[in-house]
Amino acid sequence: MTDLATYNFAYLDEQTKRMIRRAILKAIAIPGYQVPFASREMPMPYGWGTGGVQVTASIIGPEDVLKVIDQGADDTTNAVSIRAFFQKVANVAVTTHTKDATIIQTRHRIPEQKLAEGQVLVYQVPIPEPLRFLEPRETETRKMHALEEYGLMHVKLYEDIAHNGRISKTYAYPVKVAGRYVMDPSPTPKFDNPKMHMSEALQLFGAGREKRIYAVPPYTEVVSLDFEDYPFEIQKFEQPCALCGAQGVYLDEVVLDDKGGRMFVCSDTDHCEDRREHGHAGEMLAQNKEAAE
Amino acid sequence: MNIKTQALSGGFQEPVFESQGVFRMLMNGMARPGTIHIITTDIGQPEPLGEAAGAIALTLCDHDTPTWLSAGLLKSPVAEWIGFHTGAPITREKAESRFAFVEAGVAPSSFGLFAAGTQEYPDRSTTLVIEITALGQGPALTLKGPGIQQATTVKLKGLPEVFPRLWADNRALFPRGVDVILTAGKSLLCLPRTTNIAFQ
Ligand SMILES: [Zn+2]
Repeated sequence: MTDLATYNFAYLDEQTKRMIRRAILKAIAIPGYQVPFASREMPMPYGWGTGGVQVTASIIGPEDVLKVIDQGADDTTNAVSIRAFFQKVANVAVTTHTKDATIIQTRHRIPEQKLAEGQVLVYQVPIPEPLRFLEPRETETRKMHALEEYGLMHVKLYEDIAHNGRISKTYAYPVKVAGRYVMDPSPTPKFDNPKMHMSEALQLFGAGREKRIYAVPPYTEVVSLDFEDYPFEIQKFEQPCALCGAQGVYLDEVVLDDKGGRMFVCSDTDHCEDRREHGHAGEMLAQNKEAAE
Repeated sequence: MNIKTQALSGGFQEPVFESQGVFRMLMNGMARPGTIHIITTDIGQPEPLGEAAGAIALTLCDHDTPTWLSAGLLKSPVAEWIGFHTGAPITREKAESRFAFVEAGVAPSSFGLFAAGTQEYPDRSTTLVIEITALGQGPALTLKGPGIQQATTVKLKGLPEVFPRLWADNRALFPRGVDVILTAGKSLLCLPRTTNIAFQ
């Protein structure tokens, strides 16, 4: 006997899955609107993506191929644990290759490789309410969404410009979905916001502690909030990835030694590895090769 | 078969996997309005409920989802079949229904009495499952909206004549409104409230 037999398929009981599935369908029908759901206890602490895990558990089937990333990487503790969890409770195939996955569960990044029709991107969301920093009361933020009252949000962003000369928000940068709801894209860098716009993939968002599910269907307008005189801009990196030489991708800083040595490398590890396998080499990799020869 | 045995027969053979499969069709269908999906499992649902409509009930309905049935379904073994297999309470109140099933050839005169949700909670609305003659045949309609790249054309046969008016009224309520799943035998097609339909 394996202990797999003691679990429900994908861990959740059928009634819970039905409840979450109904919430997902309504979320897709009202893009960007946060659907409340009765979040369940999962065998991992909040902050470990229990919302995303419940969404994935409710949609996944034996035919799926799952990829899990945390900050763009497949090999962090969080990503490894969630991947192992689904291998155990759903016995599904897993991959690190973005293009081979049918479901990608993510925390903090959207893969660099353009997602395709039929893929589902599941975001782990800590704070789903984009207006929460303006208004702590749920009854009030709900009213603001109901009345499409987003003026205060714009005022706040504009104050930011007045103080800093620019909008200082670099993560969880608010977007408007299908011309109606203002939505928090979860703590992805604003660099990734343009990837959400008219994506071919279905995007689902699960917030476990806050008990909310929301969605962006494929081919849906996702516009980052901005101003005519201060248009939305993504982060730009001055140098290419030190390992694969990629430009126009999101880079993480890696400290190399205690003498201030550092390099910038792709945050999307699969993208970086794939490029290196195809013969691309960044500055650091070229140096190492020379040193070895 | 008498009414009682009809109500107790059928259902999913492997509920966990079959409901997951049907749900994924519904999820993909809702995410890509106008795409046609075919149910492959045999569920032995009683007449006049179609296979796809029956599979939707088995997949989404339970004791938390009051379910409304059109007159022809209500007086058939379908009411007991849904009750037995899903536990869903059958309601005569459209406004409290989470799901509503409508047999072929009849049309609700309005969506207005079904739940459209509130401005704060537009998700608290009825999903209507309406049986028509055929999907992929008949007059062509053009769909636009979220989930659709520019525009898509679908052919629908036997769509109630009042449907264009009902849909226009429903669209005007956004973000409130009902969502519709059209079924014809084993096939289904989703029309979330966001879909703009041009009737030729
Ligand atoms: Zn790289």
